[in-house]
Amino acid sequence: MHPEIGTGKTPENLIPVHIMGTRYMVPPSLPIMAAMEYAGYRLLRGCGCRRGLRRACGTAYRIHGDPQLFSGLACQTVVQSGMYLAQIPFFPARRASYDLTKLEPSAVALFGAYPQLLRCLGCGACTKACPQDIDVRAYMAAGMKGDIQRMADLSFDCIMCGLCAARCPAEEAQYNIALLARRLTGRYLVPRSAHLEERLEEIRRGDFDADLAELKSLSKQELTARYSAREIEPEDRLGSRED
Amino acid sequence: MSGYPTAMQASISRVEATRGRRLRETFPAVSLEERQQVLDDFHPDYIEENMRPVRVGVSKGQRMPLELADVLEGRPHIGANFDLTASAGSTDVVIIGGGGAGAAAALLAQEHGARVTLVTKLRFGDANTMMAQGGIQAADRPEDSPAIHYLDVVGGGHFTNDPDLVEALVKDAPLIVAWLESLGVMFDKQADGTMVERHGGGTSRMRMHSARDYTGAEIMRTLRDEVRNREADITVVEFSPAVELVLDESGCAVGAVVVNLETNAYSFLGASAVVLATGGGGRLHYQGFPTTNHYGATADGVVLAYRVGAPLGYLESMQYHPTGAAFPEQIVGLLVTEKVRSLGAQPVNKLGEQFVYPLEPRDVEAAAFIRECQERDKGILTSSGQRGVWLDSPMVEAIHGQGTIQRNLPAMVRQFDRFGIDIAQEPILVYPTLHYQNGGIRTRPDGSTAVPGLFLAGEISGGVHGHNRLMGNSLREITVFGRRAGRSAAV
Repeated sequence: MHPEIGTGKTPENLIPVHIMGTRYMVPPSLPIMAAMEYAGYRLLRGCGCRRGLRRACGTAYRIHGDPQLFSGLACQTVVQSGMYLAQIPFFPARRASYDLTKLEPSAVALFGAYPQLLRCLGCGACTKACPQDIDVRAYMAAGMKGDIQRMADLSFDCIMCGLCAARCPAEEAQYNIALLARRLTGRYLVPRSAHLEERLEEIRRGDFDADLAELKSLSKQELTARYSAREIEPEDRLGSRED
Repeated sequence: MSGYPTAMQASISRVEATRGRRLRETFPAVSLEERQQVLDDFHPDYIEENMRPVRVGVSKGQRMPLELADVLEGRPHIGANFDLTASAGSTDVVIIGGGGAGAAAALLAQEHGARVTLVTKLRFGDANTMMAQGGIQAADRPEDSPAIHYLDVVGGGHFTNDPDLVEALVKDAPLIVAWLESLGVMFDKQADGTMVERHGGGTSRMRMHSARDYTGAEIMRTLRDEVRNREADITVVEFSPAVELVLDESGCAVGAVVVNLETNAYSFLGASAVVLATGGGGRLHYQGFPTTNHYGATADGVVLAYRVGAPLGYLESMQYHPTGAAFPEQIVGLLVTEKVRSLGAQPVNKLGEQFVYPLEPRDVEAAAFIRECQERDKGILTSSGQRGVWLDSPMVEAIHGQGTIQRNLPAMVRQFDRFGIDIAQEPILVYPTLHYQNGGIRTRPDGSTAVPGLFLAGEISGGVHGHNRLMGNSLREITVFGRRAGRSAAV
């Protein structure tokens, strides 16, 4: 058992769940992943960051008496009484291979790599499945209109678990298409930073080499003095730099 | 409705009562002497009974956490009579580890003409890189310079850093931001393209670049996608940890023995060079601390390299991130990004008082939290017996305007919302959590080691951060040294 999952206490009212077909009694406060460990599973596949940031632990489940099929991340979804659980360690959706440097940031690039994008039915099963609460249908709609930047923005929180693709009746690979949209946006559609370009030129010219060589040669005492005398740039507290 | 029990809400009221005053006053940073005092008294690295010298190998006698010494002295998976003809093939460069450092190394090795096989214990991209939320440092504003970045790094590291490694780190930093952008990473920018940059703990200039609070995820998914685009030259093998490195008669690294976790089959993967990019060891839970680290971070690479004679360094020094979640119990130890403090949130005690400058280097900040809870008994106690201090996140909204938290910290909002806590309205309870291995295997600026043919990149290496890493220098480190190691291994 993992030290993180809060054992060592008397489990309160245990509830029944079915993991890969077998019934176990587990504490109701645990996320699915911790409940599997409680039941004695040693997790190999289907376990990653344990905090909802990776796509390693997609899980499909039904609840006894309910005809619906649900999905979620095993590290984030808390168990419920009568759950029937199956792990989906990855979903084998199509991924296009491309040379980003040869693409243009236009709808043609998206449709060229993923022609099935235009088959989206707009049914919203993807949005309903998304454990990140991303409106997948909305970013797919943006993509179909060729609005790459909007697709990138709306999909930004995607962790690429693949649950959208798993539920899609049109067999889209939404998360892979959105990744291409973001890469096109980052490379081509966002304005360059003038200050970064200048800095690269200064580094190429060797402008900082003498300063760095000097710092490297200083004794600990001299470095300490320089460090303590640093001026701290004031935080830009009024009016965020961002907005 | 609050997700906090009534007892904790009473303390939250005191935090709210002092917030107006605290918005105008920040607790001052302490002197270097005072920093050392709080470290000596309260930092886990300084608790002698939890440390011991390693008893074998080239760095015999080096002090480190008990749990790490145990794995370094552990028994090997395979015996000396292992049959190396059980071959999994051969390639030019074997990269062990599928995080950001391994991916960067794979790309550069491929660009320099090598055929690459990347093997990883779990899945490609299942790594701490994916979870690094706060940002990546690069001195690219006119007010800043690589030299100022250098000074911040060595000061944060208590002046014990390897100067050549730090020089490489700070000088490559702006180049890497440009490289990542060329691969399509979406950094936070203003409308005219100016980078949005903030302070992090121990920075004297605002140089923290970010991609919302998914900075590491954005970098990892982009690098991984690019590796997959080059599948003609780069083979990725998942669920196949390396269990031993192999040297030839002259002592050069010529491959690794890997095991398929599904079939338990062991095989030898031969190569002209090996890059280790296996990350750190937070999942060894040193001193019983919870950790922010991903499931696979068990110091594997440190053991592999040490067993073939690569010296260790700085492993007496672990980084305890000051702000691990301390409530609710389900997420104890998980990372609350430093960006919350970068955006203006202050740590305060149960009485609503400030007790430390919010952006001290991480070790000092963490030790100050422990002191507040232990010596001064001004921490907040949860029903499960966990202590913590408040991180006053609603200040972020007061300073930068309503909606800032949702816009800048969507991952954090989601994490706490599941438990009925709105971090824009209520503070977050935090306590130090095991975060990063400052030390590791000794390396040079080109990623090479004392063992010919063996290169390193990322958290497995020791020296660049000295005895304490600053926020935003690990995403920096994995990209700088991932690239350097990949290039060196290929040529």
